[in-house]
Amino acid sequence: MRAGFARFARNRLALFGAVVLLLVLVLVVSAPLAYPNNPFQLVGKPLQPPGGAFLLGTDTLGRDVAAGIAYGSRTSMLIGLSATLAAIGIGILVGGIAGYYRGRVELVLMRVTEFFQTIPAFVLAILIVAVLSPSVPSEIIAIAAVSWPGIARLVRGEFVALGGREFVLACAGLGASDLRIIFRHLLPNCLPPIIAVGSLLIGTAILIEAGLAFLGLGDPNVMSWGLIISAGRAVLRQAWWIATFPGIAILLTVLGVNLVGDGLGEVLNPRLRNR
Amino acid sequence: MSDAVLTIENLAIALPKGADRPLAVAGVNLELHAGKVTCLIGESGSGKSLVARAILGLLPAPHVRVADGRILFEGADLARAKPAEMRAIRGARIAMIFQEPMTALNPLHTIGRQIDEVLRIHTSLPRAQRLARVVELLESVNLPEPARMLRSFPHQLSGGQRQRAMIAMALALKPRLLIADEPTTALDVTTQAQILQLIRDLQREHGTAVLFITHDFGVVADIADSVAVLQKGDLVEQGSAAQVLGRPVHAYTQALIAAVPKLAAPAAQPPSTAPFILQARDVEKTYGARGLFGGNATKALNRVCIELRRGETLGLVGESGSGKSTLARAVTRLMTVNDGEILISGRDIARMTRSQLRPMRKRVQMVFQDPYGSLDPRQRVVDIIAEGPIIHGTDPQAARKEACELLALVGLDPSAAQRFAHEFSGGQRQRIGIARALALRPELLVADEPVSALDVSVQAQVLALLADIKTRLQLSMLFVTHDLRVALQVCDRIAVMQKGEVVEVAPTSAIYGNPQHPYTKALFAAVPGAHWQDRLTQETMAS
Repeated sequence: MRAGFARFARNRLALFGAVVLLLVLVLVVSAPLAYPNNPFQLVGKPLQPPGGAFLLGTDTLGRDVAAGIAYGSRTSMLIGLSATLAAIGIGILVGGIAGYYRGRVELVLMRVTEFFQTIPAFVLAILIVAVLSPSVPSEIIAIAAVSWPGIARLVRGEFVALGGREFVLACAGLGASDLRIIFRHLLPNCLPPIIAVGSLLIGTAILIEAGLAFLGLGDPNVMSWGLIISAGRAVLRQAWWIATFPGIAILLTVLGVNLVGDGLGEVLNPRLRNR
Repeated sequence: MSDAVLTIENLAIALPKGADRPLAVAGVNLELHAGKVTCLIGESGSGKSLVARAILGLLPAPHVRVADGRILFEGADLARAKPAEMRAIRGARIAMIFQEPMTALNPLHTIGRQIDEVLRIHTSLPRAQRLARVVELLESVNLPEPARMLRSFPHQLSGGQRQRAMIAMALALKPRLLIADEPTTALDVTTQAQILQLIRDLQREHGTAVLFITHDFGVVADIADSVAVLQKGDLVEQGSAAQVLGRPVHAYTQALIAAVPKLAAPAAQPPSTAPFILQARDVEKTYGARGLFGGNATKALNRVCIELRRGETLGLVGESGSGKSTLARAVTRLMTVNDGEILISGRDIARMTRSQLRPMRKRVQMVFQDPYGSLDPRQRVVDIIAEGPIIHGTDPQAARKEACELLALVGLDPSAAQRFAHEFSGGQRQRIGIARALALRPELLVADEPVSALDVSVQAQVLALLADIKTRLQLSMLFVTHDLRVALQVCDRIAVMQKGEVVEVAPTSAIYGNPQHPYTKALFAAVPGAHWQDRLTQETMAS
């Protein structure tokens, strides 16, 4: 464990990503302390440039952009994390069943997985939110629905590879049930790649969320980075700061998530260890 | 002596930091002579393969490198040769054959093209002459139908044929030195005998010096002119084959030779009359022939019948593909069979449902071949051993306590309980696997090649442990092995399998003294170094 951490820390980029993520987390936690008011509240004159009374200026209605970004980080993280967890859950279930039982079950489940992969992810997410009506839960459902196939294929592959190993046979020989073999032996052994790939999924989930909010498919009552950009889009030439700062926030967060994900992948994958 | 082809002087090979020792080998002095086979023998981790790689300049630099010493070949020091110089020597002057010919051959090119490539790189012969030479080479290694072999891909050949093709390739340029790194380890015993004979013949014919790396004393006895014994990087003994095998001086060599099971049958026992614990009747298993395009079905088991009485050990011997492992898995119901009955104490498990099978699982347990793959890498040893009893309803606390007692029974320290499998050596892992099988207090232990992956000294320890446990717990055992020496040592009766059929079953002493089936005879005839141990005993008795 400690050796793993040291190996992670040796990767400068991953360490940078971790610091960025830590700052985002600080923002998530401290948002209500730094900005006790509702971020939708009008606090001053519209279109004030940054550096004046408000750190990052105000938008077209006179809302504080900095407060919006602080509260938006909560939305991004909430949706990014829960959608990814849901996607991993579905992916493990589908991929695990397919990889363990093989045969017809596998055939059907993997064709369904491929069906999901053939539809462009973002278009499918838009469709699902449009059907379910825009809200945080439907965003989570939509993002999870487009993210799970990758995990399912990964888990299936790992299960198939592990299934032929003798320790799995030995366990069956002891009389273990399928559930015991899956949860006690197979899953713990394929956790490292799931963690590595899952952490990369968070980045994608945040991007999809921002995209949905930008198109007006986010929850209208919840502040989000995509929503601020969408509002600032019309006045981009007069008030560049409205769209720019949340854009930078998205860029940094997703970059941080991806760098940490790559770093984890390298630590957890024994084949890359000795590079 | 003046006819030394290659002289190794004071060779030391450095390992990277964090390895188990700073030098893989140290102070190795070795002379290889024209027309002689020198065997370098050692257990895994002794550094024997690194010596071979050092000669060819193929060490995985920069982590592993020659730290000291000289390797003199035709007046040049190979330890300090430039990569370009080494390339000219490799293949042309020094050739190498590997353990696994499938991975050493390019699967996308035909055999003919790969041998031709060697000639194309190192000679300026025109195309037609090269082709003639390739055919000649294929003939010289006794490959059938050279013209057809030429156009074959590696996967279309059997293991022995691939190794023959490798030898043809190695000898294409008449090298002065041939390095063979465990060339017969992956082969069946009858094929191994043929390949050893081939290497011996060709080497005599061409006067090639051979460095033969192996862990098998039987092979050494068959092929070696001189022997060097490597222990953890130190060359502890070297001399002529007769000297080292007949009168070993160093304690390590003596221990290694003593650990090789004798190719001799135990005294005849009166046949057991105990009740049957296992009866397999007309068991059939067919693989393949499924999916959209059909394909050929292979019969892994063809109407196999075996019987095992309580307290008895039945050996299942045969070459790879004979169906012996399939039968072991059928008997433990790790695999379903197509037809036939498998009776455990009179109850047919072949057609039981999962819930019916559950209580039966306790009675039959299995020890696996691969000490690295058969233990869950993410579980502590105590949990691995206690898992069976916990599954069958023992209180976890009690099961863990019992697991610690089992560790003592299989000769491991109680402190092993809290560690993970990867912290143990192969032999220790196999002990953990045995403890896991014993935890359910089985009546029948099925051991599938339990010592094949182990070094000979460790192998002897694990066999002794199995024998001890068997008498102490009054187990019956089905012992699968390809090694006839081991089978003779542990089994009361032996069943010989060939191509999915049991061709002969007889008490051990009878099958050794008087084999009936031609295949059984061939198997015994092919055991490497069949009689050097007899000679050894006779000599010691005479002196």
